[in-house]
Amino acid sequence: MNQGSDVLVIGAGVIGAATAYFAARQGLSVTVIDKGLPASGTSSACEGNILVSDKELGPELELTRYSLGVWHGDLGDHKRLWEFESKGGIIVASRESSLASLNRVMAVQTGYGVAVEELDQDALREAEPHISHEALGGASYSEDCQVQPMLVAAHLVRLATEAGARFLADTPVTGFLRSSNRVTGVKTPRGDFSADAVVNCTGTWAGELAALAGVSVPVLPRRGFVVVTEPLPPMVHHKVYAAEYIDNVGSSDGGLQASPVVEGTPSGTILIGSTRERVGFDRTVSTNALSLLARNATALFPFLEHVKAIRHYHGFRPYCPDHLPVIGHDERAPGLWHAAGHEGAGIGLSAGTGKLLAQALVGQAPDLDLSPFAPARFGELSTGEPARHSSSHHPASPQSAEHQSAEPREEASA
Amino acid sequence: MSTPTRGTAEATPSAAVVRVSFDGRPLEVAPGQSVGAALTAQSITAWRATRKGERPRGLFCGIGVCFDCLLTVDGAANQRACLVEVREGMEIEGSCPEVPSEEPGGRA
Amino acid sequence: MKPIVSTDVAVLGAGPAGLAAAVSAAETGAAVVLVDAGAQPGGQFWRHRPETVVPEPDGRGHHGWKSYLDLRARFDAARHQGLITYLPGLQVWMAQQNQPTQADDAGFTLRTTPTVAVAASGAGVGAQAIVARRLVLCPGGYDRQLPVPGWDLPGVMAAGGIQAFIKANGILPGKRFVIAGTGPFLLPVAANIAEAGGKVLAVLESSSPTAWLPHLRAAAGVPEKALEGAQYAAVFARHRIPYRTRSIVTEVLGSRILGMDRVSGVRTAKVDVEGSARPGTERIYEDVDVVGFGWGFTPQMELPLSFGIETRIDADGSLVGVVDERQESSVPGLYLAGEVTGVGGATLAVLEGTAAGTAAAGGAVVPEKTAARHRRFAEAMHGAHPVPAAWQDWLSPETTVCRCEEVTAGQIMEARESLGAHDARTLKSFIRAGMGWCQSRVCGFASACLGAGPGVSPTAESLSGIAKRPLAAPVGIGELAALDADDH
Repeated sequence: MNQGSDVLVIGAGVIGAATAYFAARQGLSVTVIDKGLPASGTSSACEGNILVSDKELGPELELTRYSLGVWHGDLGDHKRLWEFESKGGIIVASRESSLASLNRVMAVQTGYGVAVEELDQDALREAEPHISHEALGGASYSEDCQVQPMLVAAHLVRLATEAGARFLADTPVTGFLRSSNRVTGVKTPRGDFSADAVVNCTGTWAGELAALAGVSVPVLPRRGFVVVTEPLPPMVHHKVYAAEYIDNVGSSDGGLQASPVVEGTPSGTILIGSTRERVGFDRTVSTNALSLLARNATALFPFLEHVKAIRHYHGFRPYCPDHLPVIGHDERAPGLWHAAGHEGAGIGLSAGTGKLLAQALVGQAPDLDLSPFAPARFGELSTGEPARHSSSHHPASPQSAEHQSAEPREEASA
Repeated sequence: MSTPTRGTAEATPSAAVVRVSFDGRPLEVAPGQSVGAALTAQSITAWRATRKGERPRGLFCGIGVCFDCLLTVDGAANQRACLVEVREGMEIEGSCPEVPSEEPGGRA
Repeated sequence: MKPIVSTDVAVLGAGPAGLAAAVSAAETGAAVVLVDAGAQPGGQFWRHRPETVVPEPDGRGHHGWKSYLDLRARFDAARHQGLITYLPGLQVWMAQQNQPTQADDAGFTLRTTPTVAVAASGAGVGAQAIVARRLVLCPGGYDRQLPVPGWDLPGVMAAGGIQAFIKANGILPGKRFVIAGTGPFLLPVAANIAEAGGKVLAVLESSSPTAWLPHLRAAAGVPEKALEGAQYAAVFARHRIPYRTRSIVTEVLGSRILGMDRVSGVRTAKVDVEGSARPGTERIYEDVDVVGFGWGFTPQMELPLSFGIETRIDADGSLVGVVDERQESSVPGLYLAGEVTGVGGATLAVLEGTAAGTAAAGGAVVPEKTAARHRRFAEAMHGAHPVPAAWQDWLSPETTVCRCEEVTAGQIMEARESLGAHDARTLKSFIRAGMGWCQSRVCGFASACLGAGPGVSPTAESLSGIAKRPLAAPVGIGELAALDADDH
């Protein structure tokens, strides 16, 4: 059986769903396959952030700002479908030193066009009445937004199918079809699927899938726990996090780190995130992580001490050693494209990633230069080994082989 | 089990009564009863309103599983009425019919 | 962190299985900790009035009370000798397998939180962690529910909730009752109500007595069940309780009483063998103030599942743990007894608890013929009282399925059809069905059925996906914060 299309998207998380949606809107014939149901990986185990405030200056911030425009523009009519919320983010500094750092960051961000406003103690308290009395001041980011990520993926898949795409659940890829060194499709238990372009949107499993095609894409999992409280009347109005969070996002330290990220949700629960650990795909619940989250969150919002947690979940953020996603055509395996490794920013970056990739797929020059995200930056070698070449920027992770044991489903959900 | 009484309105033939308050209103209830039972015996069958539809809720599973019967006991929020035993002087507060507005402020 | 209790064997649950396990483990020579959410021993089945108010309960309205008294006497004796440490009023919010430091026997840790707020309980109970070399989980189960229009009105209760109310409080939750669903458990609930002075207008059983015929041999193997049946028949006759088979409640009717909506009646219908309402058989019961529903039981699987144990679907469609003849699960050192290995009643639970406790303490377990007979009987019972295949037809789009998050049947069907949400976990992710306070304990089975589609049974994967609860009970953020950093 050979089922052909212009584009075959592997993975129906937010990245795959957005890619399929924009590719279908470009008039391409699109097939989306997933080994499970839509949004069953990291998309269902995160917080649905669309953040400008925490981005590194450079390509990541550029992509973020582009993506934000797509969320408001191309996808603006669908906001209601996925509970798009322009809640705004607030970074809180509780020490004089971190307040000074925050002020420096704000100055630079303003230079790059980020909408940020300084909050003195009173303004901060007005924005977040239940904030700790220790809080000295903060920065307000009106562009930060949030969506319900599972609904984004599910509805983008639905909208893609309405634009002519096909979606098949429970269709895992077992191998690639090749014609000399060119990738021409995939093998699955449901038969072969051929396509002019095969797009790897498999998140934390992207490295494993790339290895099946003989290329190295060093996407590694970083575990993040999130604790969810009982439903409460509105107590936390923005996405509130501590100044230290920014440092952690780009960190290459493998140990347990956590900065308080506290936010209310439309359903009344409060999400308390987020730890960052490099422990491979370990699903063991870590009481250390839960405890650290709880301590940090109560330091930021003391009322939380008397609030109950009713669940927690964890996800594996797919990240590359240089903390930039992999987006574009893989010259090492012509016909294979990647859109993965967006780390903790995948939801926010999905819209822009999908649109830019769709432009590239039809041969247009993308609105934004994708070369910083080129897969070939990980080296020329076509091996199954995750490359360590990029370690010139950051120390190589000692857990580079840890992504071999992926499980098919996250066990918890947002 | 002790001698069951007939019907809900009669008090248990026990020596003492326990005085509690429900939303500020004094009630005399039988010792050893759950808060949920004590309220139900007073024909109060709902004491919570749901967040979205503001639907009334009282006892459902009766054994601490469903969390439908939540109320505030001596300032401790979200206690299960089916599990908490009444005590002298206990202040019980429901969220019915005064339903707090639940439109999250951050949800612009 | 609060005090850590170390022991040979930890037993969770003080119902029939847990009491038997604790007593047997202690009598085999192990040091035992029994932790239970309840304030006093008995579990749901032997729930009784607070012993502070009624020091010597007479067991009226109970079955197997002699068995309870025997276990209780042995339990009290073992406690007196210091062999059992009893920790009531604590819920386990997380159970963990310890990291092995030596070759084996790393054991397990249970983390607890007070069932009710400390201030409300009037006791100085604090959270405790229990570390044990062997763990016996006997968390029991609760009534399985199927949504029906109006089932979220005050006055609608789980059938078992009505019984628990009567047993614990010595009063009734109303005056005029209709009990509906399927299974033999509806009978004792109705009998308890009648014996306590309530009026049972009808017991509606969706199945039929003829469904029994193929299973008579299995029933004959457990004569005490026949005796129980005869006793209920006598109670029903004495109180003139109509027992209507192939009948269901199609809608719970409500009215506004004192400014508050509540139950006022039920609309019922006769059903065919699939469970579809037969036209022209509608009937209305008025002046009803309590409606009790029970569709069998759902075992509390979150703690067993947190260890990644092997599971199976039992004859009643429930997800249960796989155990060997010593009640040991696929995780060495972790034993299961009672409903979590298959819903089979208190007698079987005691036999299983005895085996589990004995084995966990290192004693020899002799396979019980009685247990096998009870399991055959339970299987026959489940076969005779299935969840009706056509139950989804009873719903209207507006019917609430998830009571916590107020998700309707229409929303679920739309998510299934247009977003491909075919399992309960995905429904939970997409539209919050099962995401609220109860964490899908009440609607999980129904949601899994609705995701699978009409007439299709949910898979073990779907049921397992919704029964995994990373927190087995709500726990204070302050309690989490107080965990020691070096405390695993």
